[in-house]
Amino acid sequence: MSFDFAVILAKGPEILMGLGVTILIWIVGTFFAVILGFVVATARRFGGRLVDTLLTLPIEVLRGTPFLVQIFLLYFGGPYIGLRLDPITAGLLGLSVYGAAYYAEIFRAGYQSVPIGHVEAATCVGFSRGQTILFVLLPEMALLVMPPSLNMAVILLKETALLSLITVPEMTMTVSAIGSQQYAFVESLVVLAVVYWALVELANFLGRMTERKLSKLGTT
Amino acid sequence: MTDAAILVKNVSKKFGDTLVLRDINLEVPRGQVSCLIGPSGSGKSTLLRCMAFLEQATSGTITIEGEPLGFVEGPNGRRLQTAAELRQTRSKIGMVFQQFNLWPHMTALGNVSASLRRVRKLSKAEAEDRAMAQLEKVGLKERAGFYPSQLSGGQQQRVAIARALALDPTIMLFDEPTSALDPELTGEVLNVMRALADEGMTMVVVTHEIGFAASVGNKICFLDHGKLLFHDTPEKVFAAPREPRLEQFLDTYLDRGAIMLR
Ligand SMILES: Nc1ncnc2c1ncn2[C@@H]1O[C@H](COP(=O)(O)OP(=O)(O)OP(=O)(O)O)[C@@H](O)[C@H]1O
Ligand SMILES: [Mg+2]
Repeated sequence: MSFDFAVILAKGPEILMGLGVTILIWIVGTFFAVILGFVVATARRFGGRLVDTLLTLPIEVLRGTPFLVQIFLLYFGGPYIGLRLDPITAGLLGLSVYGAAYYAEIFRAGYQSVPIGHVEAATCVGFSRGQTILFVLLPEMALLVMPPSLNMAVILLKETALLSLITVPEMTMTVSAIGSQQYAFVESLVVLAVVYWALVELANFLGRMTERKLSKLGTT
Repeated sequence: MTDAAILVKNVSKKFGDTLVLRDINLEVPRGQVSCLIGPSGSGKSTLLRCMAFLEQATSGTITIEGEPLGFVEGPNGRRLQTAAELRQTRSKIGMVFQQFNLWPHMTALGNVSASLRRVRKLSKAEAEDRAMAQLEKVGLKERAGFYPSQLSGGQQQRVAIARALALDPTIMLFDEPTSALDPELTGEVLNVMRALADEGMTMVVVTHEIGFAASVGNKICFLDHGKLLFHDTPEKVFAAPREPRLEQFLDTYLDRGAIMLR
């Protein structure tokens, strides 16, 4: 038995389409996950104890259940409560909400890691509460959460592969479909692994560049 | 109006059930340097933080240049100052921390000019001009564009002093400003503080630098277990025979330059 990648690579345009969908869902989903996670963490930080407690449960549930189960529930269970979504919308929504739970935790830890003394220094030079948040807390938090956030983005990229199971026409679905049509199942998996890995390396590279640019701003 | 820059009256402070400050009475005269010394955990930082209202005294009052700090007396007893009132009273005070607490995402110039821009609402150019003058005063004009992570500890602390001076406070509070520094870097910070004292700045300095306290301090305040055991001129405080608690405390410092006091 010999590998035959030619039959898969011949479908280049289709694969590129799938890759495009993967990247699109990843970028847009991560974007919303970051925004939502930030809003949730900020509400928990400044919204009082009640808000904090109310938001704890959904976050724990989202972090404590497999992503696959969540998207199945959303896509196949949604119609039972009148939520009928096409695969791409369901995938995007699922990825955003799942990611948001993790980003909320990352940002919560970020807020906690800003030394209280930095806030007190702002208070002492007369910053109002709003100014302290805007000019001290948020920028410092943003720097602290940079590495775990990039790491999470990479995890989300890999999770998008599961969206093939709710028929989102992304790369995994496209390539494995080609693989079974052409009787080249293993080859398709190898191609997938290589492309995902290349994407992850690219993302890591961009992340490292950003971090290097920002390194002098690091906490002292 | 009294001549006191800071007047501490019957101040007690509890954290939960532990009494950390016990009925402190202290007057910090204008233009003088008062040094707070005492064993670890005796309440020095807490007292200093009360003077900046970073901690609320459980009872008692603190007055800054005649103005009550944190609370105002009303017809129905005292009430907390509004944020704006508090900012007004606090603007007379500059605070310097043991851990510098510079904002890591701003340059030295950014750290010093931030309050001038955001609080005093000066234009960027004017704020930076004034901030530059403060940096020059602490000998760091050349480092204005550096971020805290690119500065030595001594330089960071001097930037922090410049930042605290930016809004022209009349009182400076220092909480162990050299304790986080390598010994060879303490000198540059102490020199800046000495120069400030010479200019007539009112200063309260929590310090373990007994030599500095003895030479620059006009008053030495000795705290022990939350009680202000005594405050007096260095000559009197350090003259033999000393209070037994102070004697005991100084013994632990003999290897840190206080040998001169023997
Ligand atoms: N936020 C807090 N909550 C509870 N207890 C506190 C708090 N801050 C200080 N304490 C306690 O109050 C006491 C006095 O602390 P403080 O920091 O004022 O001492 P200190 O004289 O500055 O000591 P050091 O020389 O170690 O800095 C200590 O027993 C400390 O554990
Ligand atoms: Mg202390």
